[in-house]
Amino acid sequence: MGRDMSIDYKKAVWRNEWFIMGMIVSVFLILLPLLNVLPGENSRFWVSNFRLNLLGKFMALAILALGIDLIWGYTGILSLGHGVFFGLGGYCMAMYLLLKVGTAGHYESNLPDFMVWNGLTELPWFWKPMYHAWVVIPCIFIVPMVCALALGYMTFKSRVGGVYFSIVTQALALVFSITLIGQQPYTGGTNGLNDFRSIFGFPLRGPDLPKTQLGLYVATVLILIGVYMLCRWITRSKLGRVLTAIRDDEKRVRFSGYDTANFRIFVFCLSAALAGIAGALFVPQAEIISPSNVGIVPSIEMVLWVAVGGRGTLVGAILGALLVNSAKSGLSESFPGVWLYFLGALFVGVVVFFPKGCIGLLKQLQFRSRK
Amino acid sequence: MIMHEKTILYVENVTVSFDGFIALRDLNFYMNYGELRVVIGPNGAGKTTLLDVICGKVKPMKGRVIFGENDVNITGLKEHEIVKMRIGRKFQAPSVFTNLTLFENFELSLRKNKGVFSTLFMLKTDKDNEKIFSILETIGLAEKAHEKAGSLSHGEKQWVEIGMVIAQDPELLLIDEPVAGMSNKETEKTAELLQTIAKSHSILVIEHDMEFVRQIAHTVTVLHEGTVLCEGSMDEVQNDSRVIEKYLGRGK
Repeated sequence: MGRDMSIDYKKAVWRNEWFIMGMIVSVFLILLPLLNVLPGENSRFWVSNFRLNLLGKFMALAILALGIDLIWGYTGILSLGHGVFFGLGGYCMAMYLLLKVGTAGHYESNLPDFMVWNGLTELPWFWKPMYHAWVVIPCIFIVPMVCALALGYMTFKSRVGGVYFSIVTQALALVFSITLIGQQPYTGGTNGLNDFRSIFGFPLRGPDLPKTQLGLYVATVLILIGVYMLCRWITRSKLGRVLTAIRDDEKRVRFSGYDTANFRIFVFCLSAALAGIAGALFVPQAEIISPSNVGIVPSIEMVLWVAVGGRGTLVGAILGALLVNSAKSGLSESFPGVWLYFLGALFVGVVVFFPKGCIGLLKQLQFRSRK
Repeated sequence: MIMHEKTILYVENVTVSFDGFIALRDLNFYMNYGELRVVIGPNGAGKTTLLDVICGKVKPMKGRVIFGENDVNITGLKEHEIVKMRIGRKFQAPSVFTNLTLFENFELSLRKNKGVFSTLFMLKTDKDNEKIFSILETIGLAEKAHEKAGSLSHGEKQWVEIGMVIAQDPELLLIDEPVAGMSNKETEKTAELLQTIAKSHSILVIEHDMEFVRQIAHTVTVLHEGTVLCEGSMDEVQNDSRVIEKYLGRGK
């Protein structure tokens, strides 16, 4: 009797959840693009190209937030180096976009402009395969995964965890951004890679740019939905429960017969792959990637999105990425100097007042109103 | 089937030292199939370290541990490999997965392929459900199957962890101070539970509570300063002059 009721209850929740999801998806996937295309620029319902492009970037970042939620929210491993994986995916995409400029650049050379004025005469070896989309697309997630695999294997197999792992990843973020800046002839240095012309044949300049941006926005939302479904499936599988168990009591998981290091490596690699995909989707929409997108501060910001939204819930991660980044762009539009102070205050506020984030807060309110 | 008088576990000449402190000193310890053995001894005698060595948590400096029908040397194997050899460990402080339900706690413990990808693609079967509910019945918590383990009392958590070890389908259970912090009634229930389990498993229990030891033990091993001081029935041990001097008689 009792079990039957719980099944009915689960079904009801399920329907309810799909209904809410369907509503949200149709707003972002159908309504907003329509409001961008149909009303004229003077209509009060018009969603401007600028806003839609901004939202597209945030959606890309939400993919990364899902990855951080898997490793931190579900498994309890705090990585402070996800900027690296985001950057690896982003730079792969940016290299491809730059090579597609061809001889149309400022110096009319085969090489990207920054290489010419840095005195390079030949394309570096690791740039060469990036001419081909079929190389670049797998690289976007395989390069971050391989990097995470190497680091994860070294740390998790030797049972380095907790704070030490966070410090190692933080160091990685520092090394990565210093390398990008220091190796200017190969990486574009502080300026990063920018000045793209087209993506897969669609222009990233000129009068048709809004159309390309709309396409990128829709593609990003679709990929975000796909990634969300993947994460949902994983967190509800038995593996998802093993991850939660590792967060609760790793020793007990080991003595239940699991090689926990392999599970940690798996979730770290997956999370890195998602960060890489996010980076690759971010680059053509932001039209630039530079060391300031991938270093220590951005890596910490990424964790903060998940903390604000509510770690351990997938919706929370997406919500957090959208909210914090909207606040960031809103604040830096009106009060440019304030953002970093706000970020600090937000971090303290979340940790002290609502450690379970927005979703935790909502659940609490719902619980109270039921009483 | 329980095979009597066949040795399941040999711990031979095992020495363990922590930063110069000798926890186990050339220890020899043997157990037969189907036995419910209790190890007692004063604090620091090396009781918990003995369990740690058997289950792979601590690597001995010297000596070896041989286990099972085929006399496999399990010294130095990793924890999950030793679980696979069918040795289960219950810790002193209850360690259960507080954010998972009791059902899910047992689901993770079941004897299955525990690789990453087989775990990802694993589906629940009716047979697993049955097994989980039968364990829940054994520990008397079936009506709480879908409650979070974090909401349980201390005693209930201890039973859940014992249940989780049973779910692993081990041949040998290592149980560290199961009744510490339990009420008299809970202690009684735990004694019954262990006796039920002992019908189909070999069990090695560490305990301080002499009343409890008297209830469950057939053979008692007394450890002192990292070696076996004496071994025998409860009566023999209690009347042993060395045991009275070094352990039981103290504080009287």
